Formats: sequence, C-alpha cells, structure tokens
Amino acid sequence: MSKLKSREEYEKTGSFRFWRWLDGRRDPYVGQVEMKPQTPVETPELTIRERLRDSQAVRDKVYDIENNKSLNFFHRVYVLAAIVYCVGLAVILLAMVAYLPPTGEADRPVNNEVSARYIESGLQETGAVNIVTGMILDYRAFDTFGESNVLFAATTTVLILLHRKKKNQDGRVEELENDRLLEPKRDAILQGSATVLVPIIILFGIYVILNGHLSPGGGFSGGAVIGAGLILYLSAFGFERAEKLFTEKLYKTVSFAALTTYCLAKSYSFFTGANHLESHIPLGTPGAILSSGLIFVLNICVGMVVACTMYTFYVMFRKGDF
Amino acid sequence: MGNLFANYGEAVAMILFVIGFANLLLHKNLIKKIIGLNIMDSAIYLFLAQKGYIAGRGVPIVTDGVQSVEAYINPIPSGLVLTGIVVSVSVSALMLSLTIRLYRRYHTLDLDEISTLLKKEGV
Amino acid sequence: MEFIRNFPFFSIMLSMFGGIVSPVLPERAAKWVNRAIITVVGALSLALLLYLLETGESYVYMMGHFPAPWGNEIRAGVLEAGMALFFCIIMLLSMLGGAHKLLTEVAAEKQNLYYILVNLLLSSLLALVYTNDIFTAYVFVEINTITACGLIMIRETGRTIEAAVRYMIMSLLGSGLLLLGLCVLYDLTGHLLMSNMREQVAYLAANDLYAMPLLVTIGLISSGLAIKSALFPFHAWLPDAYGYSTASSAAMLSSLVSKGYIFLLVKLIYRVYGFEVFHDSHIVNVLFVFGLMGMIFGSLSAIRENDIRRMVAFSSVAQIGYIFMGIGMGTQVAMVAGVFHILSHAATKSLLFISAAGLTDVSGGSRRFEDLTGAGYRDPWAGAAFTAGALSMVGVPLFSGFISKLLFAQAAVQNSGKMLPALIVLGISTILNAVYFMKTVIRLYTRVGAAEKSGRQFAGRKLYVAALIGFMILNVVLGVNSQPIVDMIGQGLGMFA
Repeated sequence: MSKLKSREEYEKTGSFRFWRWLDGRRDPYVGQVEMKPQTPVETPELTIRERLRDSQAVRDKVYDIENNKSLNFFHRVYVLAAIVYCVGLAVILLAMVAYLPPTGEADRPVNNEVSARYIESGLQETGAVNIVTGMILDYRAFDTFGESNVLFAATTTVLILLHRKKKNQDGRVEELENDRLLEPKRDAILQGSATVLVPIIILFGIYVILNGHLSPGGGFSGGAVIGAGLILYLSAFGFERAEKLFTEKLYKTVSFAALTTYCLAKSYSFFTGANHLESHIPLGTPGAILSSGLIFVLNICVGMVVACTMYTFYVMFRKGDF
Repeated sequence: MGNLFANYGEAVAMILFVIGFANLLLHKNLIKKIIGLNIMDSAIYLFLAQKGYIAGRGVPIVTDGVQSVEAYINPIPSGLVLTGIVVSVSVSALMLSLTIRLYRRYHTLDLDEISTLLKKEGV
Repeated sequence: MEFIRNFPFFSIMLSMFGGIVSPVLPERAAKWVNRAIITVVGALSLALLLYLLETGESYVYMMGHFPAPWGNEIRAGVLEAGMALFFCIIMLLSMLGGAHKLLTEVAAEKQNLYYILVNLLLSSLLALVYTNDIFTAYVFVEINTITACGLIMIRETGRTIEAAVRYMIMSLLGSGLLLLGLCVLYDLTGHLLMSNMREQVAYLAANDLYAMPLLVTIGLISSGLAIKSALFPFHAWLPDAYGYSTASSAAMLSSLVSKGYIFLLVKLIYRVYGFEVFHDSHIVNVLFVFGLMGMIFGSLSAIRENDIRRMVAFSSVAQIGYIFMGIGMGTQVAMVAGVFHILSHAATKSLLFISAAGLTDVSGGSRRFEDLTGAGYRDPWAGAAFTAGALSMVGVPLFSGFISKLLFAQAAVQNSGKMLPALIVLGISTILNAVYFMKTVIRLYTRVGAAEKSGRQFAGRKLYVAALIGFMILNVVLGVNSQPIVDMIGQGLGMFA
C-alpha cells in the first residue's frame, strides 16, 4: 500500500476525474454552466399580430397585380432590361477575355519594367524582404493611406448609424439583463478555450504585424487577427469584462494616434521625396525585425487601426454601444 | 475564340462578376444584395490574381537573396488586391449597418416593402 | 523646385488630417477647424492657380521617393487648381448656409462625425482632381462614395436611410464596373500612372493591338462613372437622397460629389485614352443619347413633382444630362461647354438647395407647393436667392446658366452630325425648365393673406444670408465674366493632353 496513493489523494488527481467523467458518473457542466434556457424577448401577442397584419397589408399592396398594373408593367420592363443588360455584359466580358493576353505567361504587358524594378531593387530601396509590402507601403504608399481612410470613413458611418447614447441607470440595468440574449453566458467550454486561445491569437496577430516586411502578412491581416481575438474575448467573457479592456475612449485614442502617426510619417516621406531631400530614415539590415524604415512603423499603425475597427464593427452590430 | 480557353480563370472571374452584379441589381432582399456585392468584388480580385500569376514562379518574397525577375510573380496585382479587399470590407460593413437600421425600424428586408411603408408614414 | 508646387499635396493632407483630428475635438472646435481647413485649402488653390496661370504649364509631383512609372504621382494644371478652388468655395458656402439646419436636423452627439465626413469628402475630391494614378483614383472614389452616403443618412429618418441604401446599391454597381475597367486597362498597358498609360494606349491604338478589350474598358469606365454620377436611367436614388438629407448635405451632394466623378471621367478621357481614341470609339454616342434622354425625362419628372426639394433634385438629373451631352458630342468645344456646365450647375444647384431650406422653414417646415405660396415675402433673402437660381437654371442672360447653354448651342452648331438632336433637345429642355422653375417662382411671390410681412429678419441669420449672397455673386460672376473662365478651361484641357 505504501506506493499506492490513499483514496483521498487519488480522488484529487486528474486521472481519477477523467475516468469518472468518462463513466458519466459526474457531469462537469453541473454548476458550471448557466443551464437556464435563454428566454427570448417577449413581445405581446397583440403587437406580433398587428405587425403580421401590417406586413401582410404591405405585401398585398406591393404585390397587388390587379391594382398596380402600370407599376407592375414598369417593374417588369425594369427587370427585363436588367436581365438583358446582365446577359449582354456577360457576353461582352467573355468575348473580351478571349482577346486578353494569355494567363501565366511571362511575356505580357503587365510584366514590364515596373514590376522588374520592384523585384530587382525593392530590397535595397525599401528594405522590405516582402516585395508586396514594400510596394504598397513605400512605392505606392498614397493608395494605402487612402485605404486606411476608407476604413476610418466606414467606421464613422457605422458609428453614425448604430451608436446609441448611453442610457440612464435603469435602462443600463435592463440592457445588462438583455445581454445574455446576445451571447452565451458563463459557458465553460467557450471560456476555457478562450482562455487558451485569446492570448495565442493576439500574440499571433502581433507577430504577423511585426513581421509584415519579412513574411506574408502585414498590418491589415495582423490587425484583423487581433480583432478576431478581441471579439472572441467579448463573446466568451461577456460585455462587462470586455468593457474594462476596451472603451470608446480607447478606440478614439488608438485610432487617432495611429492615423496621426501614419499621416505625419507619410507626409514627411512624400515631402522629402518630392523635394528631392534626404529622408534620413535608416533602412537597417534587410531581414532583421527592426528594418525597412517607415514600413515597420506604418505596419504597426495600420494594424492598430484595423484591430480597433474590426472590434468596433462587432460591438456596433451587436448592440450599438461600447 | 482566341485565348478564351487559355484564360479560363479570367472567364470564370467574369462569370462570377456578372452573377454578383445581377444579384446586387435584381434581388429585393438586402442581405442577398450584399452577398452579391461581395461576389462581385471577389470576382475582380480573382481576375487580378490571375493577372499577376506567371507559371512556375514563386511568391514575391525575397528568399536566399535571389533578386531576379525570373524567380517571382508580378507583385503589383497582389498589392492591388490587398487594397481592394479593405475597401470591400468597409463597404460591406456600411451596407450591413444600413440594413440593420432599416430592419429594426420596418421589420423587413425587402426594399419595395420599405418604400411602401415609407409612403404610408408620409414624412 | 518652388515651394508653391507643394500646395496640392498640402491641401490633400491637410483636409485628411482635419478628418482624423475631428473625433477628438469638441463640437465647436471641430466646426471651426472644418471651416478653417476649407478656407486654407481654397487659399492654397488660389495661389496655385495664379502661379500656374503665370507659368502656363502643368507639372507632376512625386508622392514619395520614386519617379514615374514606379512611384505614385499627383499632377497639377490650371484646370485642376481651378476646380479645387471652385469646390472649396462651394463647400464653404454650403456649410455656412446649412449650419443652422445642421443644428436641428443632426443629433447633437453626432455633429462631430459630420465634420469628419465633410473633411474626408474634401480630401477625396481634391485627390480625385489632382491624382495622376488610376488606382489612387479608385480608392478615393470609394472614400467619396462612403462619405456621401454618410452625409445622406446622418439625418436619421427612415427616408434618408432608405435613400442611402439605394444610393449605395447604385454606387457599388458603378464602382464594380469602374474597378473592373481599370483592372483590364492595367492588364493591357502594364502601368497605373496616367501618363505612362497614355503612351501605351497610343501605342496599342496605333498598332491596332487589343482593340476590342480597349473598347470594352472605355465602356466599363464610362458606364461605371455615369452610374455613379446619376446619369438618366440610373437616377432612381437621387430625388430621395437630395430631397430629404439636411440642406448642406444636399447642396454638397448635388454640386460636388457627382461632379467629382464627372471630372474624373474627363480626366481619364484626356489623360489615359487621349481624346482621339475616346472619340473614335462609339461609346460617346451612347453617352450622348443617354444625356439627351436625361435632359427631357429629368425635366418631365420635375414638372410632375409637388415637393420643392425633390423638384430641384429632379432638375439635377436633367443638368447631368447636359454635361454628358457635352462629353458625348465629342468635340473640344463641347467638352469645354460640359466642364463649364459643371461649374455653373454646381454654383446654381447648391444655391437652390440652400434657399429652398430657408423657404420651407418659413412655411411651417412643409415642402409642398401649396404651403409655400407667398414664402418669397416671408423670407425675402431666400426668395431672392431662389429666384436668382431659377433664372440661372432657365438660362436668362447675366446668370451662369445662360453662358453654358450658349456654349452648348455653339458646340452643337459646329458638330454636323449631332446638331439637330442636340439643338432640339436643348430647346425642349429649356422650355420645360422654364415651366417648372417659373411656376415655383410665381408661387413664391403670390400673396395669400392681406397683411403678410417679412417675419424673418437679417439679424441672427447672418451666416445664412451671407452664404446666399456669396452664391448669387458666384453665379453672376460666372455669367458676366465668363470669357476668362472659358479660356482657362480651354487652357486647362489643353494641358491635359
């Protein structure tokens, strides 16, 4: 008996719990998960009926063939014209493809001196091992700046549409009650895997951003990965805990700081470039993490903006408040 | 027929483009319209990716210090696709949030029904 | 390089930076930053315009350390600088004129966001005007679309959100066609910079290579931009979008957003295809026909309308038809007329929208014609401004609309093939314009009650009245002093080639 564990000790080990769980003697969910079925928002039956009647009435009116003869005629003409247009477009485009230069061959107009220089001297001129990153963040950086502003403009419009003002104290409590409708609450599996996965996902995102000039990836992809990590955290642990981490103020600060840095850095580089001044930004050793001059900084800025934007989109779609 | 069969990738991209275009134009359901929009955009990125491809060459990331044109595909279309994807993400987000707002208010996704309801409201 | 050559770059970056800063500023500060930025950009453009008129030649400006064809470029000529200046003036006046409506129609906590959108809209317009790179143009077209959508739906009523959805759907169809056209064009030429593409397109056209794909790209790009700028059969979104959004949004949308796309089309015609190649394709005839149809059907819809804002919006459809008729006529003179009409329509339409807002305010917020009867007495300034705008639209001498109609007629006479349809439709459209605008003006000055006095005083509305006066002056300047402006447009189009 000396080598064997006592019964109490054995019960504390993982293997005992595992076997017990396998036998089905104890359900790990009991006491861990809120088993209460989620009650949907209760709408009074009267309202539902009214709504159904309304929508039926609307449908009758819209699809009333007898009374909407002229409208119906126009609608048919419109659909017919649209179909003819689409078919015509398809035929024209396919015919055009037949005349385009053949795919996969090196001898095409696109493979000219422009791409040749990007490949042959991209490493020396931009310091980026990843030629695509070097191209979008240095040779053609103005496009990419415009692109971050597209994201910024889209976030602004989404905020206009879906952002609701914080309600007073009573309304707030009610909202928290309703929160469980939006995502599972205290789900052991989700929380357990999120505990493991969220740090890994965020770390991986940071890795992708920091290595944007060396390997596939960069600010946009890395930022999207980080955003996904944040969204997973929110889904697993609920809004209250996510709110401690990520507030509207943080979103504003981060996106402002990142976009301003981007704007100033690129302005400096455009200005010196156009006026034929030396930019004094060291390119570093190609292949090292701290290399390729501004590209490294810009990737980080873009990554922060994208991560914040993705998370903000999710929060706004979810219920319209940070 | 010219290069139609050699360019089968582009041909597929064009067919997808028209499918997406028709969805965006003809469907009444807003969500289906948004799906159509995404098909259309993806078709263009597929087309661009075909443009960059050169048979037998690698991804444009400098490996082992080789910097000759013969080693890599054309990097420009890849960069354009990257930029384009971000634009289409933004536009989809905007369209979806518009849809959410309309649905919350009118409880339908059909644009014609929404127009009729609006006329009834008579703003 | 002279320092002044940096100005286009400064304007774009400054307006973009304004958009980035606005969310962290308090509302009042954001408002003043916005006004200051528009003014400063206008001043920069004016200085640049004077400089370019003096030197008489355009220049390209490298965006970065790499020369063409590797880097990204912007380009400035007389036409670009003039357009930028003009856009700034219109935008400033629209913002000032719509400021009081903005306070009531946009939720207080979302006013900041409005200024972000306006700043970004300005930057995208400037980038569309100055850019020398087609993919940059595409990216900024999208910024323009998204911000325009934001400007429509920021007044959060059901109508505006539905209008925004319809606008987005049409716009996205247009963007898809435009992007596809640009990609195919890139495939054929291997360049993204307009100047290099031009050489390559000329080479292809001379050797008759890829003639069919080239024709298709012309079709795709012109139809994409035509859809985005609401040419006739694609105008279904326009009346709701212009009619129900807040006053300054409507003014900017009608006068700037659609004009930005048309300017880009003109730029692509000259800078990428070359006028001859574009003219030899038969796409011009299609644009011409749709332009003519727009002129008639837009006016007919406007006559049937019983809502002043929607009537003005439908009149935009007709006016965009005029511009496309000019492009479609396919001669240099007609092109100059089309570009001049961009200016004159922008100046007039924003004036009409801003003054219509004032007129509905004094009619209990109603926009129906029966309620607007006598509104010209209740708000004399807005009444006078609306009358001036209406006279300009109809084409009465001394106002800008007269000059553009004159230029169109001259251009039509010089074009033997398209003279007859162009002149006939121009005549019909002018009569229809006169019918609905004069009907409105007469209604505005019909007395309903015996003792109707001007209730609205000058005080408290200084900005609004100042904006109206600014618009009227702009209209008269374009109408009276047209010759130098027409010369400048001709010079600018010459620089494009």
